[in-house]
Amino acid sequence: MTDIIDLDLGSARDGLAKKAFSALELARTHVQAMEDARSLNAIIIETPDRALADAKAADQRRAKGESLGAMDGIPIAIKDVFCTKGVVSRACSKILDGFSPTYESTVTANLWQAGAVMLGKTNMDEFAMGSSNETSALGPVASPWRRRGDNRPLVPGGSSGGSAAAVAAGVGLGATGSDTGGSIRQPAAFCGLVGVKPTYGRCSRWGMIAFASSLDQAGSFGRTVRDAAIMLRAMAGYDPKDSTSVDRPVPDYEAALTGNVKGLRVGIPKEYRVGGMPAAIEDLWQRGIGWFKDMGATIVDISLPHTKYALPTYYVIAPAEASSNLGRYDGVRFGLRVSGDNVLDMYEKTRATGFGAEVKRRIMIGTYVLSAGYYDAYYLKAQKVRALIARDFTAAFEQVDVVLTPTTPSAAFAHGEIAGDPVAMYLNDVFAVPASLAGLPGVNVPAGLSPEGLPLGLQLLGRTFDESGLLNAAFALERAANFTARAAPWWRQ
Amino acid sequence: MTEVKPYQVEGVTGGWEVVIGMEVHAQVLSQAKLFSGAATAFGAEPNSQVSLVDAAMPGMLPVINEYCVKQAVRTGLGLDATINHYSVFDRKNYFYPDLPAGYQISQYTQPIVGKGKIVLDLPDGSSRTIGITRLHLEQDAGKSVHDQHPDHSYVDLNRSGIALMEIVSEPDLRSPEEAGLYLRKLRTILRYIGSCDGNMDEGSMRADVNVSVRRVGAKFGTRCEIKNVNSIRYVQQAVAYEARRQVDLIENGGKVVQETRLFDASKGVTREMRSKEDAHDYRYFPDPDLLPLELDPHWVEDLKSTLPELPDAKKARYVADLGLSPYDASVLVAEKEAAAYYEAVAKGRDAKFAANWVMGDLFGLLNKAGLDITKTPVGPDQLGSLIDLIKNGTISGRIAKEVFEEMFASGEDPAAIVEAKGLKQVTDTGAIERVIDEVVAGNADKVAEYRSGKEKLFGFFVGQVMKASQGKANPALVNEILKKKLTA
Repeated sequence: MTDIIDLDLGSARDGLAKKAFSALELARTHVQAMEDARSLNAIIIETPDRALADAKAADQRRAKGESLGAMDGIPIAIKDVFCTKGVVSRACSKILDGFSPTYESTVTANLWQAGAVMLGKTNMDEFAMGSSNETSALGPVASPWRRRGDNRPLVPGGSSGGSAAAVAAGVGLGATGSDTGGSIRQPAAFCGLVGVKPTYGRCSRWGMIAFASSLDQAGSFGRTVRDAAIMLRAMAGYDPKDSTSVDRPVPDYEAALTGNVKGLRVGIPKEYRVGGMPAAIEDLWQRGIGWFKDMGATIVDISLPHTKYALPTYYVIAPAEASSNLGRYDGVRFGLRVSGDNVLDMYEKTRATGFGAEVKRRIMIGTYVLSAGYYDAYYLKAQKVRALIARDFTAAFEQVDVVLTPTTPSAAFAHGEIAGDPVAMYLNDVFAVPASLAGLPGVNVPAGLSPEGLPLGLQLLGRTFDESGLLNAAFALERAANFTARAAPWWRQ
Repeated sequence: MTEVKPYQVEGVTGGWEVVIGMEVHAQVLSQAKLFSGAATAFGAEPNSQVSLVDAAMPGMLPVINEYCVKQAVRTGLGLDATINHYSVFDRKNYFYPDLPAGYQISQYTQPIVGKGKIVLDLPDGSSRTIGITRLHLEQDAGKSVHDQHPDHSYVDLNRSGIALMEIVSEPDLRSPEEAGLYLRKLRTILRYIGSCDGNMDEGSMRADVNVSVRRVGAKFGTRCEIKNVNSIRYVQQAVAYEARRQVDLIENGGKVVQETRLFDASKGVTREMRSKEDAHDYRYFPDPDLLPLELDPHWVEDLKSTLPELPDAKKARYVADLGLSPYDASVLVAEKEAAAYYEAVAKGRDAKFAANWVMGDLFGLLNKAGLDITKTPVGPDQLGSLIDLIKNGTISGRIAKEVFEEMFASGEDPAAIVEAKGLKQVTDTGAIERVIDEVVAGNADKVAEYRSGKEKLFGFFVGQVMKASQGKANPALVNEILKKKLTA
């Protein structure tokens, strides 16, 4: 039999159902893996006691024939952006030091309701602002992956870097993420995982610490499309507490994974060919196109003409919303407070101490673009462009069923390699951001390795609320790509 | 109708016209807040009515309270205003400890209610229409408490998130009196609709008053905004003071600068709070946590058809159907409880006669006792019975006043009082004749004077007869018999 630790979520689910092992054994294995992987700094709060208690409860349910389904007894890790009751939740910002919510986010509550086992909270870029997990107040995350013949630590991507690194290192069978402009898909690509961002409105944002409200969307990481699909189904659903969540039934995503893509129309947008993109990525994209052709899909060349404006548009809208969303961190009610001579002084000291450089940069950009005299030129203009970007996709989806692109314009980079250059950092999300602005579902499928031996991913984008169709295309792509590489476990000392 | 001289501030260089516009914050009558389920009761323990949303905890999201939307739409309909079927909630960003999120959710460019109007009933019976610019929904802030600790302030978030309607008028008001009438009329409408209790002393209605002065017919002057005035009297004082201040300033060669001022009620003056240069940049933008508010036109129509009869319609009906004067009608409709009382009294009776009793005797005694109509010791049925006793001749109008005072003091029914005190009118002509004979016999000299042409003395004889009968003699019979006896 395969070692328990090597099972993916779907196989572990089957093993639990067959009583090949217990949820407690599975949890113990993952708690051990979590301890062994501490040098990655992927998990910033470990909840082993909770994990074992959750697992025991799952076993008891199963013994009584009352299993809650696919997620029952499955150990997972939770991005620190989700508020978890009684467990410190701070979006990896110093300004939320010691903040222990009295409430549970809807997404995590849904997961616990489905019987999932909580291993701990994962590291992330501060307030989900970053593409390398280097802006975390709790320190950077080391990717489990290293370049061939090079021991320098690499970034796992971001902002959900801790979640991606954990799952890639075999800590947890899945993890939650949040994707505002690529924060699930980009780290999934860097870490050789499947990461899915559903349609905006599919998962409730209630209890998820806000970065940019019109873009933030929870999603899942898994080793396989099946894993990510199973987990997403448990997270998703209408929530009356979130006015932007959408009241539509959540389909059984796993059941949609037939792998049949005959006649599927796959769009290839010409605007996703950017200058300076490594040949390996272009090659991988071409291979992806070939695989779909081989599977009987129809390849359609499409144009998404406003793509080049997506990144600047995103970097107006997201900071604008963030500058307002982060107004509540004032030292008055929770988290960090640095006393001052008067209330203004306290605000200034608290926020100067509590926020990191990238967060401050975005608050300042956001404040600027919303201010009187600049609003029309920046924020309003960006909203108009956003509408055009969404219209590009609407038009494209009249001709195609899914869109295939590279996920990132490069493989993972080393710690500090581009951290000093915010624009270079922002460019990581150039392929991810358009779908975020349009609110569309997207998924990264690991599809190959770079010449240095690092994972590269292909991105599939789908129609609004067509996660089933999207995941099935991803499933077919996954089978065709047959990506089996795993990071060598150097971190297990 | 008397000619009313327009209000002017007399300066050394001539008269100045005052231009006033009003922004009223009216707290929506609702059990729950605008975007959270927390309660809204006045006077609760500090921070006992605060939800996670009101405290702006991380990850919390607003959800619109449908009832508050309904109240705003009903109010808009009551102001004869355009209801915008598509409106947007915006964030108004600024830092203050009693504003937990760092922004207030309000409506900026696309409010739920557009242009409307309010008709003022002037004392001379005429009316004047004041334009309403807009009405929008927004959240109230919490309250900072500065007097509990020498160097700390406390924050009470009970009010945080309570729904307010900001009702903005056109700069159509021209005097402190009109400003007062406007607030009274607005409050009347809000109370009829039941969308705001209008209690200014509890802060559920507050006014920001914009004041400027100009030569009659000239362009608008620069305005100052007087913030948060919390009584109608203070609004009037503040307007009068501010207009005078601006006139004096201009006439002394100064210039009015646009600024926000505070009214100091103890001194009756306005003081500078912050200048335009210090004004915040609120960085308004549509709240991405909330979808645009879209109203179903049928839903709005339903609300319209179930709106209660409003004061203007009621007034028109009193004038047209009941024959009241416009002024009397406007006094009676000013409070919906008073109007209901009046209608109960007037039902099936002489409407004008009933109006006189309600406005004169009842309001007089209520006023003296410091009671409002809801606390009246005399119910409408009781007052109606009293009127019936007058009309059917059981008692005279004069006795009725005495009976009414007794009813007001004891709460007893008029028939019981009349019975117990023996106040029934004497209609027995024989008995009246006997009294008259006595009076005529006892005042021979006056009788002679009367007969020689001093007819004014008739009133004296009536008085003597009524006195002798302790007011119980039927005045009509007294007149009739007395006339006969005196001319005989």
